[in-house]
Formats: sequence, C-alpha cells, structure tokens
Amino acid sequence: MKRHLISAADLSRDDAVLILDTAEELARLADRPIKKLPTLRGRTVVNLFFEDSTRTRISFEAAAKRLSADVINFSAKGSSVSKGESLKDTALTLEAMGADAVVIRHHASGAPHRLATSGWINGAVVNAGDGTHEHPTQALLDAFTMRRRLASGASGAGQDLAGRRITIVGDVLHSRVARSNVHLLSTLGAEVTLVAPPTLVPFGVESWPCEVSYDLDAVVGKTDAVMMLRVQRERMNAAFFPTEREYARRYGLDGDRMARMPEHAIVMHPGPMNRGMEITAEVADSDRCTAVEQVANGVSIRMAVLYLLLGGNESAVAAARTEESK
Amino acid sequence: MTMSDTHKTLLRGAKVLGGEPRDVLIEGERIAGVGTGLDADGATVIDAAGQILLPGLVDLHTHLREPGREDSETVLTGTRAAAIGGFTAVHAMANTFPVADTAGVVEQVWRLGKESGYCDVQPVGAVTVGLEGKKLAELGAMRDSAAGVRVFSDDGKCVDDAVIMRRALEYVKAFDGVIAQHAQEPRLTEGAQMNEGIVSAELGLGGWPAVAEESIIARDVLLAAHVGSRVHICHLSTAGSVEIVRWAKSKGWNVTAEVTPHHLLLTDELVRSYDPVFKVNPPLRTEADVMALREALADGTIDCVATDHAPHPHEDKDCEWGAAAMGMVGLETALSVVQHTMVDTGLLDWTGVADRMSVRPSAIGRLTGHGRPIAAGEPANLTLLDSAYRGVVNPAGFASRSRNTPYEGRELPGRVAYTFLRGRATVVDGKLV
Repeated sequence: MKRHLISAADLSRDDAVLILDTAEELARLADRPIKKLPTLRGRTVVNLFFEDSTRTRISFEAAAKRLSADVINFSAKGSSVSKGESLKDTALTLEAMGADAVVIRHHASGAPHRLATSGWINGAVVNAGDGTHEHPTQALLDAFTMRRRLASGASGAGQDLAGRRITIVGDVLHSRVARSNVHLLSTLGAEVTLVAPPTLVPFGVESWPCEVSYDLDAVVGKTDAVMMLRVQRERMNAAFFPTEREYARRYGLDGDRMARMPEHAIVMHPGPMNRGMEITAEVADSDRCTAVEQVANGVSIRMAVLYLLLGGNESAVAAARTEESK
Repeated sequence: MTMSDTHKTLLRGAKVLGGEPRDVLIEGERIAGVGTGLDADGATVIDAAGQILLPGLVDLHTHLREPGREDSETVLTGTRAAAIGGFTAVHAMANTFPVADTAGVVEQVWRLGKESGYCDVQPVGAVTVGLEGKKLAELGAMRDSAAGVRVFSDDGKCVDDAVIMRRALEYVKAFDGVIAQHAQEPRLTEGAQMNEGIVSAELGLGGWPAVAEESIIARDVLLAAHVGSRVHICHLSTAGSVEIVRWAKSKGWNVTAEVTPHHLLLTDELVRSYDPVFKVNPPLRTEADVMALREALADGTIDCVATDHAPHPHEDKDCEWGAAAMGMVGLETALSVVQHTMVDTGLLDWTGVADRMSVRPSAIGRLTGHGRPIAAGEPANLTLLDSAYRGVVNPAGFASRSRNTPYEGRELPGRVAYTFLRGRATVVDGKLV
C-alpha cells in the first residue's frame, strides 16, 4: 500500500485484493456484540469536508471510531473556510493539531493530491471524493459488494473480479464514482462498459480501460452487475439531455429492463437515488438492488483503508485479538 | 542613466544574427558601425566572441499588472524582467484595474514605462469598455493620446460578440490599428480548467476544447477579410488554429498570429501533477499541438513569439488547481525556451529568431524604433546572447515580482549577457544595471 489513497488508479491488483480481504475480516466485527477494535487507539483521524456529504462523512466516522481512533470532523460550512481561509492554511492547522490521517472531500478535482504532495501535512491523505475526479473508497466498496454477491466460494476472499461484466450507467462525465470504478474494476480483471447519452461521456474516454455504449438495452442482457449513477436534474438545463422523462426512458432502469438482466445479476447504486429518474422504485426496492448493502460495506472498506494506511501490517482482526488479550 | 549620450561601446567579435564575427560600435543612441577590426577609440569594449547579437526583442503580449495589481508586478519590475530577458519593448496588456480603456489609463502606463527606463512600454488599449464585450472603448482617443495606441485587445476575455468584433475591426482601419483577439468561445469554455482531451477526462477537470479557440479564429479571419482590416491572434495554441491561419494567409488576408514560449514546450501531461503553476489560458495542449506550433513558427504561419507574461502572487498558485489563477511569467525565460525548442532543434536560425521575436512583432505593433536591422545609423536596441550557456531555472533570482514559472528546476540553454536600449546598457553581464 502507498501512504495515501488518492486515486483508484494507484492501486495494484494485490493492493486492491488486500483491502477487500481486510475489509472482509473487519466486516465480521459487525456481527459481534461490541463492534469496536482498539487498533487505532491514540491516533487522530480528521474528516475534512469542503462539500456537504453526510453519508460519506458518517461512514468514515463510524469506520474510524470502530477502530478506536479519535475523530475530528471539520466541515467547511460555518468554519473559517467559508470566511476565505485557504486549503493550505486549513491543512497547516490540522497538521499543528497532529492529524495522523486526513479524510478529504473537496469540490475541486485534485485537492487531495495537492494536500498529499504539497508538504503542508505529514499525515496520510484519503480521498473521500474530489470534484469530478475520483472517489476511490466508493469504488472499493462497490468491488467488495460485487465480490460478495458474485464470487464463487464464501465471500470470495483472495479473489478478484476476473471476467465479470460490469455496466455503469449514467452521468459518467461528472462522476467521480465512475472514474474510480473504471480504474479499480479493470485492475481487478472485470470488463467494464459505460452506458450514457453521448453528451455525458467524457471527451477523451477512448483511453480508458473500458467499452462505451449509448444503448442500455443492448448491454443489460449480458451483464453481471448494473451500476446506476445519480443523474442531477439540473443537467437538463445545460442541454445534456432534453427532459427527465426522455432520460428515464432511454437510460433509466425499470422493472422491464431489470427482467432482461441475467438472473444472478445485481443492481447497484452509490446513492442517493433519484427514484423515478435513473431508477424506478420497483427496482430500487427489489432484492437485486444492493444499495443498502453498499452502505454497510462502506464502513468495512473504510475501516480497512484506515487500518492499512495507518500502519497495519498484520491481519487486521488477528492484530486486534492480540491487543485484546493483553 | 550614468552613461552620456555620446558614450561609445564596442562589441568585439559578436556573431550578428548568428553569422560571422563582427565588431559593432554603438555611439550614443545609435549603431555607428558594423565591421571587422573596428577601432576601439575610447569606447568601452565588450568581448562578445562566440555570442549571438540580435535586435532587441519585442513582446506583443505582456501583463505588467500596474495599475491595480502591484502585488504581482509593476511597470518597473516588469520592465526589469523584460530587460533581463533581452527585450527592449513590451506591449502592456489592458486588463489592469482600472482597465486600460481610456486615454487616461494608457497614458499613465506609458508614462510609467518612460520613467522605468528598462525598456519601451507600449500600452495596449481595451477594445471594449471594462473588457465587457458590450460597448467599444474610445479607441481613437487612445490612438491620439501620448501613448499612441495601435494594438487593441480585451485579452483575458474574448470579444465574442460578432457584431462588436466586426465594428472594432472596421473602426481601427481609420488609424491603422489592429485588434488582437483572445480567441475563446465563452460558452464552450464555461468552467474550463485545462485542455479537453485524454488527460482532462482522467483528471476530472473541466475541459477547454480546441474548437473553442478555432471557431473564434475562423470567424475572425473571415470578418477581417470581409471588412478589409487586420486581425492579430493572441497566443495561438492548437494544431487546428494553425491550419486556419495558414488558410487565411494563403488567401492574402491580413492575419497575424503569435505563440507563447510555453505552448512551444509544455503539454497537458504536466497537469497530472495538479500543480497550478501549469494552469494557464489558453491551456497547455498536446504533443501534436506543440509540434504543429513549432512547425508553424518555423514556416512563418505564426508570425511571432509573444510571452503572455502573466505574473501572479504566490498565494494565487499555492492552492488547489480549481482555485488557482491562470498564467505564467515568461519574459526572463522566453529566449531560452525559443533557443531550446526552435534553434537547438534546427527549426529556426538566429535570423529567424530575430524575425519572430523582434522584426515581426515590431511590424504588427507599428513600432518604428525596434525590429530594425543591425546596421550603421540604426537605433542601438540590441540583445547579446550567450547561447552556449546552460543553466537551471531558479525563480528566486527573477527580476519579476512574481515567481510563477513552469520551468523551475529545468535546465534551459542561453543567457542574455547584454541588453542595450538606445545605446544604453540595461543588462550587463547578465545583471540589471
């Protein structure tokens, strides 16, 4: 593992499988009466959120707390950031407070990279979503969910996603989730197809390790997982598509389309969902939709990432057991 | 001004435009003679053996930031940087605070230039009031002012309204003016952060597509042809733009274009660092664009090199990419980059460099005292280059008030040893006088 987690593209196959396996071990904790390990006792994790994202922040917060880290939540709203304090000054402040890891969500693509390489701080940097660049822990939790649902054998420990066909549908252009997933899933051996109206496919996509299709119906029949991306209604006003209804008809997942998916195939959504837009209520509430499972898996993945970045070399749970028995 | 007007300087053995060694005698403000074995006769003698003598360089595109942003540059610090870079004249862009859209502001900049004494400062006037693209500024008043403005530009912003652009092109015909267009279709570049392409797709940064530049250039060469005026294209950056300018010139239309040193060397791959020192407008493009620009500068499709020297205070670059200002300083490294990309590659000889960095920009700006031959009787605006020098760029030593260079730590060839402004040395042995 590297010292920071900025981009899913930085992860080798072995790194990625290690994170998934570690998360699998840590997930077992959730079944225990006391869901807490002493592993990161005395370490400080700062959640530095320049964008509203309650879901991601509480997921990181739960992960850090289950590892017994001290958690400081720094939200840009109501803080000095809204008064014009620079990212640099904020970083220097956190450094002075002794942050061991900074989990950053920022509206500017590259802000976590800048934080990690600028020399402003010494701690580990975890990208919790930057602009339209990446959201690597989301991709990891998605891969974790797929492996659990699709892999042969119990939970798929040690395995990758070789040969699995994954379809990602929606606003790829503005999606950090899609970028991270394309990198990670291809590293794990999956075959990724992006489906979107041409207006929402990035110029330059031809260099990505994936296929691109404009036709959802042509793809759903031969896929192991369909990941629906959130589509903001405002995109309509920038002429990315004519109307919500036309978008929903051509690129939304409804019961009919889901019925044409292979029987074992799952429906994923990073949330929050726009019911009636990219996904109908029927699909969202079906057993095949893993949206809620993804949230639970997110905590395990973020525990694994914090554990590995903050110095865990041994098996996570084994290390915890050793400490518990002291 | 320690030297009197009759002071004599003899450059011994300089390679005039890279040719055979010649002695060049400067007397007062003019070149008194060019030959071999000239008599020193009381002159200060400078051993110029092996060094390249060029006409003083002329920049069509400099941001001196004064008035308004004296924290990043002033006319004095900017012209000092220009002298270090071998320039004897710069065109000061109009996007100051207040905007140089009246005779008053251009005269202020012109007067500050006179006082600085390091190089001639020719103010550029705004095309429209406040650079807002809505209403023509008083172009005639700026032309008739002491500053004698001939080049008009809303640089930083595009004159995107086709009617305003047409009227401006027509209007300046009355006094042989030229409109220098910052070609950037605004709707196609909303939220643009870097070149739109493979790298922007990966980095998730808003794309600045080549077509946003090319579509405006195509429109403007057609407009210039239609109204019989002349248009100058600022900082041309794409292979497609080169094709359009080449086509317009083949029609005999009065179109000129400039390229920046950074677009001759750097590509959008550098943006992968997310280091805002590489953030510039127009953005760094691809390797194919860089090669097309070099070729076009070599064959004359692109008339000149212009620095787009754009100083910014440290804090405006010491931040995340999205929050950073666009622009790079360039005066002090321009000639080195041109030597590296054009001369050392065999694309251009030193006569060509003199043409693209002095003769043609002077002609476009209608400067009479610059871009002249190196011959007896001509104004002694001269740059002596030690082309054998190799050095690593260290912004700490810059004369500019700002340090936002994309070349920090990079080895570049060439160093300006002497710059003469009308016979008076502004740079001696690589240092400001």
